[in-house]
Amino acid sequence: MEKEKQSTPVIHKKKNSQFRNILRRFMKNQTAVFGLVIIFLLVIFALFPSQLSHADYTVQDLANRYSGPSAEHWLGTDELGRDMYTRIVWGCRTSLTIGLASVAIACAIGVTLGTLAGYFGGVLDNVLMRIVDILMAVPNLLLGISIVAALGNSITVLVFAIALGNIAAFSRVTRSSVITVRDTEYVEAARATGASDGRIMWKYVLPNALAPIIVQVTTSLAGSILNISGLSFVGLGVPAPTPEWGSMLSNARTIMRDYPLQIMFPGIAIMLTVFAFNLFGDGLRDALDPRLKN
Amino acid sequence: MSKILEIKDLTIHYVTDSEVVRAVNDISIELEEGESLGLVGETGAGKTTTALGVLGLVPNPPGKVISGEVIYKGQDLLKLSDAEMRKIRGREISMIFQDPMTALNPVLTVGDQIMEVVRLHQKVSKAEAMKRAMEMMEMVGIEGARCGEYPHQFSGGMKQRIVIAIALACNPNLLIADEPTTALDVTIQAQVLDLIDNLKKKFNTSMLLITHDLGVVAEVCDKVAIVYAGRIVEYGTLNHIYNNPHHPYTNGLFGSIPDFSHKAHRLNPIKGLMPDPSNLPEGCAFAERCPHVTDACRKKQPIAVEVEPGHFVRCLLHEKEVR
Repeated sequence: MEKEKQSTPVIHKKKNSQFRNILRRFMKNQTAVFGLVIIFLLVIFALFPSQLSHADYTVQDLANRYSGPSAEHWLGTDELGRDMYTRIVWGCRTSLTIGLASVAIACAIGVTLGTLAGYFGGVLDNVLMRIVDILMAVPNLLLGISIVAALGNSITVLVFAIALGNIAAFSRVTRSSVITVRDTEYVEAARATGASDGRIMWKYVLPNALAPIIVQVTTSLAGSILNISGLSFVGLGVPAPTPEWGSMLSNARTIMRDYPLQIMFPGIAIMLTVFAFNLFGDGLRDALDPRLKN
Repeated sequence: MSKILEIKDLTIHYVTDSEVVRAVNDISIELEEGESLGLVGETGAGKTTTALGVLGLVPNPPGKVISGEVIYKGQDLLKLSDAEMRKIRGREISMIFQDPMTALNPVLTVGDQIMEVVRLHQKVSKAEAMKRAMEMMEMVGIEGARCGEYPHQFSGGMKQRIVIAIALACNPNLLIADEPTTALDVTIQAQVLDLIDNLKKKFNTSMLLITHDLGVVAEVCDKVAIVYAGRIVEYGTLNHIYNNPHHPYTNGLFGSIPDFSHKAHRLNPIKGLMPDPSNLPEGCAFAERCPHVTDACRKKQPIAVEVEPGHFVRCLLHEKEVR
């Protein structure tokens, strides 16, 4: 009885220290922490845009178009005299929502397909990968254009269109990573202990195949945010008054020689976001890997 | 004592488009409760395939069980469904793998990995399973408090102890040890063998020990089967094989062990190589390397003859003698 009491706190300590180990390893990586800080700020912007800027991002001031940064308009105004700072802050919400949602969907579907294909191989692998090949054969932007053209212009459709474009990459990356893990001796050993296929995939194969998937998440997030911009550029992005970095960029394109700041601010916003996610992803991958000591 | 495992004429081939690799041919083994049997042979002789065959883990494709029966406690394991086999693996029969460096999942703590087997086969809470895992670790001589550490934090010998702890966590009736000490150095080998031997006696577990080391067999086994090119060429008790070897291959194996009492400049290996299992000769597979080879050996596959009670030899030389 006494022994039982002793063993329980040890279990709790173990779980805490596991999380703390990951956190400690992550915190040691300064560039990754820098990325995390930027992401944290972006999330704050996305959550509280009306508190951090003007509540209304559609206010026009036609007499004051293309103005440079000033006390009233921190980042100047755009071609309709709308405040750039407000639109960039609100755009953060649009970009992050669509980016995160589409990558989450693509990741869930792609990783499932990739794991099944890689683990079971054979006919299933062939069938799934040919489907993925078909997806891959269509350029992402074209795929997005066709879906938005077919289903109409809304955020839900955009999320769906961008997610569909990302599935192929996720399943490919997962499959190749799963194949290298599938034939390891510890998977065979797990099978010898009587573990079922599902359990082996979940506890043994996926955690060991995770590193390239995490990197794929961050690159896909960056890619998706660029993709939204691309779709906005051809006029199929987020519907009109909603601010979005990509459409701001394409609006400013025609006047970039005269007012370069107009494309610089949304450009910097996109760049910082993509950059932050990449740094964060690299750091997370390293921190999650217990084989890297300290 | 009752029979726990009986392998009857097990034949396993690896079938690919270009060739058929005859890895295991008509292997028959009997194992009593609490007994240890050593499966001895060269690399590629089909020892591991036999073990995987018992557990139903021969990779398919390309592996295929052509014929035979694996009777465990009266039921033929080869006829069981996947789900039924999963209940046997780990609980009734478990396996220790050759290389402890790669046999553990690098991203799970060792405690979790031992717990995993316990929770697969017994309906216990997480805390109870963890308690059991820590007990198992103590039993194999590792502090239970280290259950939160990852495999890379342990040395090779300790990892093999953990592999043993996983294998024994559910008190299996039969333990298959596939070269459990090959990847370890000699001092650790002795420790691990002692450990396996003690635990085996404590739980009255039967063991199928696969090895190419005759010294290891002498230490822990009751019976020995010498495997050559997927066939058992000689089979008997430890005493039969070590003190009265009959098959020229067994003699060759003993002849190639360096002798402490005589100073030899060269070892005395068996000349030649094992035949390619995808292209086995028609007659005795050992004919090309055998010092006593006759023309008949190349044409006729010898059958197993009982040279003394419980001692079987598969060689034409002795087939004649017995007749």
